[in-house]
Amino acid sequence: MTAVDLAAGIKKKEFSAVDVAKAHFDQIAAVDKKLNAFLFIDEDGAMAQAANVDKKLASGEFLGPLAGVPVAVKDIFTQKDIPTTCGSRILENWRPPYDSTVVSRMKNADMVLLGKVNMDEFAMGSSTETSAYGPTTNPWDTSRIPGGSSGGSSAAVAGFLAPLAVGTDTGGSIRQPAAVTGTVGVKPTYGGISRYGIVALASSLDQAGPFARTVLDAALLHQAIAGYDPLDSTSINQPIPDFVAAAKHKDIAGMKLGIVKEFAGEGYQAGVLNRFNEAVAILRNLGAEIVELSCPSFTYALAAYYLIQPSECSSNLARFDGMRYGLRVDDGDSSVEQVMAATRAAGFGPEVKRRIIIGTYALSSGYYDAYYGSAQKVRRLIADDFNAAFSQVDALISPTSPITAFKIGEKLNDPMAMYLNDICTIPVNLAGVGGMSVPIGLADEDNLPAGMQIMAPVMCDDRMYRVAGALESALVSSWGGLLLDKAPRL
Amino acid sequence: MSKLSRDELRSIADLARIALTEAELDQFSSQLDVILDSVAKVQEIVNDEIKPMSHALDINNVFRADVVGNSLSATDALAAAPASEDDRFRVPRILEEE
Amino acid sequence: MNLFEFENVITDFKPVLGLEVHVELNTKTKVFCSCPTNFGASPNTNVCPTCLGLPGSLPVLNEKAIESIIKIGLALNCQIAPWSRMARKNYFYPDMPKDYQISQYDEPICFDGFLDVLVPNGDDSSKIRIGIERVHLEEDTGKLTHAGGFTGRIHGADYSLVDYNRAGIPLVEIVTKIIPDTGELAPEVAKAYVATLRDLIRNLGVSDVRMEEGSLRCDVNVSLMPIESNQLGTRTETKNVNSLRSVERAVRFEMQRQAALLKAGERVKQETRHFHENDGSTSPGRSKEQAEEYRYFPEPDLLPIAPDSKWIEQLRSELPETPTAKRERLKQAWQITDFEMLAVVNAGALDLIEATVELGTDPSAARKWWLGKITRIANERGVELEQIDITPAQVAEIDQLVATGALNDKLARQVISSVIAGEGSPGEIVQKQGLAVVSDDSALLDAIKEAIVAMPEVVSKIQDGKLQASGALIGAVMKATGGKADAAKVRKLLFDYLGVSQD
Repeated sequence: MTAVDLAAGIKKKEFSAVDVAKAHFDQIAAVDKKLNAFLFIDEDGAMAQAANVDKKLASGEFLGPLAGVPVAVKDIFTQKDIPTTCGSRILENWRPPYDSTVVSRMKNADMVLLGKVNMDEFAMGSSTETSAYGPTTNPWDTSRIPGGSSGGSSAAVAGFLAPLAVGTDTGGSIRQPAAVTGTVGVKPTYGGISRYGIVALASSLDQAGPFARTVLDAALLHQAIAGYDPLDSTSINQPIPDFVAAAKHKDIAGMKLGIVKEFAGEGYQAGVLNRFNEAVAILRNLGAEIVELSCPSFTYALAAYYLIQPSECSSNLARFDGMRYGLRVDDGDSSVEQVMAATRAAGFGPEVKRRIIIGTYALSSGYYDAYYGSAQKVRRLIADDFNAAFSQVDALISPTSPITAFKIGEKLNDPMAMYLNDICTIPVNLAGVGGMSVPIGLADEDNLPAGMQIMAPVMCDDRMYRVAGALESALVSSWGGLLLDKAPRL
Repeated sequence: MSKLSRDELRSIADLARIALTEAELDQFSSQLDVILDSVAKVQEIVNDEIKPMSHALDINNVFRADVVGNSLSATDALAAAPASEDDRFRVPRILEEE
Repeated sequence: MNLFEFENVITDFKPVLGLEVHVELNTKTKVFCSCPTNFGASPNTNVCPTCLGLPGSLPVLNEKAIESIIKIGLALNCQIAPWSRMARKNYFYPDMPKDYQISQYDEPICFDGFLDVLVPNGDDSSKIRIGIERVHLEEDTGKLTHAGGFTGRIHGADYSLVDYNRAGIPLVEIVTKIIPDTGELAPEVAKAYVATLRDLIRNLGVSDVRMEEGSLRCDVNVSLMPIESNQLGTRTETKNVNSLRSVERAVRFEMQRQAALLKAGERVKQETRHFHENDGSTSPGRSKEQAEEYRYFPEPDLLPIAPDSKWIEQLRSELPETPTAKRERLKQAWQITDFEMLAVVNAGALDLIEATVELGTDPSAARKWWLGKITRIANERGVELEQIDITPAQVAEIDQLVATGALNDKLARQVISSVIAGEGSPGEIVQKQGLAVVSDDSALLDAIKEAIVAMPEVVSKIQDGKLQASGALIGAVMKATGGKADAAKVRKLLFDYLGVSQD
């Protein structure tokens, strides 16, 4: 059932919030051993939240549109008194003394937070294979990855363990998992959702966003958690657009949609391209004009990203030194300098160490201007190219990922190959514009899901929902149901 | 031949406070090169006229009023501390004075 | 350790100074979070996710801190950057919750200013203009205590304890441009700079600036240039300089130590040194031979600071009068000379006298009371004037009593002593001790008549025209009234009674 259906059913008292929570915990118990999506299941907390919703309902209190709806929370969001590990050994069993703003807004919306879900360690990766707690699998084929770094979130939603999830996206970590699991995933305009309480990877790129099975569900969650937060200086202090209305609008006649030439290239799976072209045809039939554009700086986006992101993360992850929380490796004889080095050696996985080393190097004197400083300039060029594109079109479209879900273990030893998956998603983070992925069908070769990415200008996220809602409507019609209905039973 | 010398790699690891094993130094050395090669690419299109961008938002002057808010209790602050004493975090002996 | 004679240092070398002063702002909350800044809180109770650097926490700039640093920059004649950013200074240390400090790098909020400083020079003084390179904002670290060793210092300690209450306190760092060519005055120049800077900032009301409490900290950079050369020598940075006197001593010591090394053909090591209060020496701390690798980059969690000219001008209009301008203004108003003003300032009496004058006391009277009896008491006790237990209001009250004739000067000084001794308000003391001047004419006349009867020969002399002889009679009346008569009045009454003209 969708979030909309669940919320309506609870309000109409067809079933209680407690019933809904219990059903989801049953599903988790039955299925999660195959998926390994959940790192911590908060049955006590969730049942209490559900019971509270039922109580409010009984006393006639007004409840919001997502009251009683369960949600899975990527283990990068702090949630008071329950473990937040970021998929790392260095934070094993760390219980934060505070809630992230996203978590607290979901609690205020009377949602039921089922627990924390798996992720690539410190959000570094596109497959959830770097998690210290084992990989999560794709419900479509459990020998394959669910995408990353928000793989636990996408698997939970695709596996019907939760109707909604929250994840984070720094270079594609919401959109790509959504694409490879046949779900909807949204990265808002940078600053659209508060980063307070989200363990930082790359501060100038990170954004939280919703996962759902439908565009409308995603819009509802997005609406509930978006908006200015005085605790986050980078959050946007403007009224939130109406994403829900946009998702319901479904009319895109007269809209101009752009396809960026530089997103094309080798490495695209033929089946993915087929689904993409079919989706483009549908958009045309719905009355949109499709335009081809060039954004020349996009060919440098990957290179710029792979300097900016490790640099910021090398600084953000410095605080994990074993002094105040988390793992400490101390033989009793060592100096603090040694304890810090030993703790970080033991607590961080290889991908995290690699990115910290790259970032430390890129920021060092002698290299700053050539590497980090230059990357900041490429960023400016990319933002300018987006601006130029949006002066010609209302939104941009592309395949979200060039390939479908690969097999677990297939790409681990080839970091560059992994990075090439992010070619369409990374420029979006660098410019700070919004981007979302909607399922567009299964690739011919492997019957695995593919997604289309829709991008809109800064602070125009509602435009993405409008296009996505229209496209989804047409596709669901042609499929006779959600794409996920075609997924194998777990 | 790696672009980064072993010594350079060791001193970066030291700066980053990560104790790398010899095996890790080997492994990282070659992997880093591949990445470093590709990122030198950014040099190709930049020049002095381009203004670097660090924020997607063109906003300035985001401030907070000088008003006292909530603090944590010492118990909460120290709850996750690997070691503590007298309501303070206990840390191993410091060699290098800052 | 060898030290070169100071006089000889100057003949062979030119000292070059650089001073870095850190000022703790007196905002109510920390620079990036709303934790309180009060002293003496129990350990780790003035902390929150942000100043503890917990994963997921974010900083938000304190507006009052920005106002304060702009005011400091304006008072130091700096340019205020139209656009500047905070930056991360990355290094690992247990007192740093994030293992980076949010500070400023190449885009400080204020830059390129100056401060004019008066330095004593023999019997005179010299005015020296000290260039200000930059004024920037940063956060303070937590406090470490070292346990298990003998000295409480790092060396030999088994482990350390950290209290993060002070982590995140706003600090303003003021860095001078290189101060060259001060010759033998170098130690005095350094001291005068810090003293003048301290007074300036205290006057702004943005910090307590107490060196002994750590709200003003000074690092002293010293190097020597051979007298014929223009090449800068290697500099050392001396920390832990906790008083004005220490500033002067640290400069002097470093000059002498470095000269001895250079004269012996050795080189000065680039290092941080630690000042020792007990003997005025410095000892080596951390070597700074390798340049530190801080990997600065602009702070991505904070947005740029871009004060517009309207805001800057408003802050400029809120600046109080500088100490120098104030002295000049009061000098004119009180119509006193430079020399007289110097006496006022040296006694620490400027604000006290000003406050007394504001309550209606005549300026020269106010000066008389404060620089006279009260300063004498302060000196006897070896304390600052402002620590003596008498207020401008009380002094004004006493002066008023004298002006109306209720007290004379001698009695007034007695009242002052009693107020300081804590015996009550001036009015209460006058009552209790029965100090009021006798002004009742009939009582005075009685006393006069008695005196006349007792000294007939004096009366004859007066009647013969020797008017000065009246002194004896007046003295007798004063004695009879216990000093509580107004002498001039007694004289008038006496002459009236004798029917003799006073002239």
